[in-house]
Amino acid sequence: MVERRPALTLLSHLILVLGVLIVAFPLYIAFVASTHTADAIVQAPMPLVPGAHLLENYQAALTGSGTGAGSNAPVSRMMWVSLVCAVLIAVGKIAISLLSAFAIVYFRFPLRQLFFWAIFVTLMLPVEVRIGPTYQVVADLHLLNSYAGLTVPLIASATATFLFRQFFLTVPDELVEAARIDGAGPMRFFRDVLLPLSATSIAALFVIQFIYGWNQYLWPLLVTTDEQMYPVVIGIKRMISGGDAANDWNIIMATAVLAMIPPALVVVLMQRWFVKGLVDTEK
Amino acid sequence: MSQQKRVLFRSGWLPWVLLAPQAAVIGMFFFWPASQALLQSLQQQDAFGLSVDWVGLDNFRQLFNDSGYLASFRTTAVFSLLVAVLGLGISLLLATMANRVVRGAMVYRTLLIWPYAVAPAIAGVLWLFMFAPSIGVVSYGLDRMGFQWNHLLNPDHAMALVVAAAVWKQISYNFLFFLAGLQSIPRSLLEAAAIDGASPWKRFWTITFPLLSPTSFFLLVINVVYAFFDTFGIIDAATQGGPGKDTAILVYKVYYDGFKAMDLGGSAAQSVVLMAVVVVLTVIQFRFVERKVNY
Repeated sequence: MVERRPALTLLSHLILVLGVLIVAFPLYIAFVASTHTADAIVQAPMPLVPGAHLLENYQAALTGSGTGAGSNAPVSRMMWVSLVCAVLIAVGKIAISLLSAFAIVYFRFPLRQLFFWAIFVTLMLPVEVRIGPTYQVVADLHLLNSYAGLTVPLIASATATFLFRQFFLTVPDELVEAARIDGAGPMRFFRDVLLPLSATSIAALFVIQFIYGWNQYLWPLLVTTDEQMYPVVIGIKRMISGGDAANDWNIIMATAVLAMIPPALVVVLMQRWFVKGLVDTEK
Repeated sequence: MSQQKRVLFRSGWLPWVLLAPQAAVIGMFFFWPASQALLQSLQQQDAFGLSVDWVGLDNFRQLFNDSGYLASFRTTAVFSLLVAVLGLGISLLLATMANRVVRGAMVYRTLLIWPYAVAPAIAGVLWLFMFAPSIGVVSYGLDRMGFQWNHLLNPDHAMALVVAAAVWKQISYNFLFFLAGLQSIPRSLLEAAAIDGASPWKRFWTITFPLLSPTSFFLLVINVVYAFFDTFGIIDAATQGGPGKDTAILVYKVYYDGFKAMDLGGSAAQSVVLMAVVVVLTVIQFRFVERKVNY
């Protein structure tokens, strides 16, 4: 602070608290709704303090024993599908990107520039603009309703490759020279020098990609038709059908809270890497 | 930064092996589908997939003569403008305040960034629940104040709902970047201005705001891209593009026409138009980034 202005500081805190409250309000309402019976919620106005049905609602959601008008698939299965997809997308993207960035930075070979630009172009076009043809490819390969179909097309982007390339370019050349004098081959150098040096970048990228994978919506909506393969974000949408009162809103909101917990935990607990990951991937 | 390493490994085959997985994935799931979209946009397929005709640019001509498509363009423009302006304004206010307070800045940051982790579709569901005309908390409150809220019938209400959900989700991202930008402004400039008697209000508009312009511009592009592509989940969960087609943004229309109405040629042509939009946005962003480097 440049100078002391108590009134202004007070105002700052007021605005911030107000901001925090408004941002948290939808979450609070969802949590409250997940602790009441479905009947209590549809009688407007719904209660604004938590009720006594927390455990049974979450249990009903997880085991799929709800009785709403829409889908009543068990959420525990959906959470598992989401987790597998998010981890596969994050790990897969990081693994193939580390290898290709290593090749592009540390080797000189024909068509190197072409490869670099080919990868670079994929930065621009999100999967949303090419859903139709990508869907056809996945359908032709019989990958609908499979983990491969859910994850591999989302791995096809170059954010991570680009990031690792930038990072490798900053690694001092002396390290390569030293490794070569010691008789280490390229893969040895990659494993024993480059990978340990990239640890923080990998962690940062993992956080961002995990959230990206967990929150996918349009793509899983297209390639999953089997209840067994719904990620939780899709599953919750399929629980809502028909009019306002026909849905088990308590179960839906319990599912929403469950679906938010893993990525929110990752963001809050790994905040340092999360911030680094955001800043790195956009530069 | 040098673009090339001085010391390199030598191997005829190793780089190809290292590149193979990435090349296979982007070839099969990126370049092949993208080229198919280009081809299909020049073709007309009948509903059963039995015959394919080359129709040149007919699909595009049809598209731009289709009042529904032009309306979707307008909807997208209004939507992304509102999301960007409101999202940037609110986050800038919050970031400026968080930058002012000495105590608790990190606590505020933690409490403000978690919506980034919420999936767009979940954000749509949460806001839909609060504003559901017959049972929602907020719609009930509005009703008590004499305001009839019904986003199922009133297009303006539907637009307000999806904009609110989209802004809510994006505030965390903008906030982080604005806070980082504010913290990198040299304090000596602000102190000098304070000694010269400039009020905080004046300091903000004559020093902070201009120095933040690279961050703001960067965020503007990012927010427009976000509103164009990442908000599909919000729209599908909250309004399904309704009432009528009043919140059907371009991405929603690609999905609807291609997968619900089964108009593959038209959908592919829309994909190509969207790709062009992304390329233009990316070019704008990179020109700007270059300028920032020279800055």
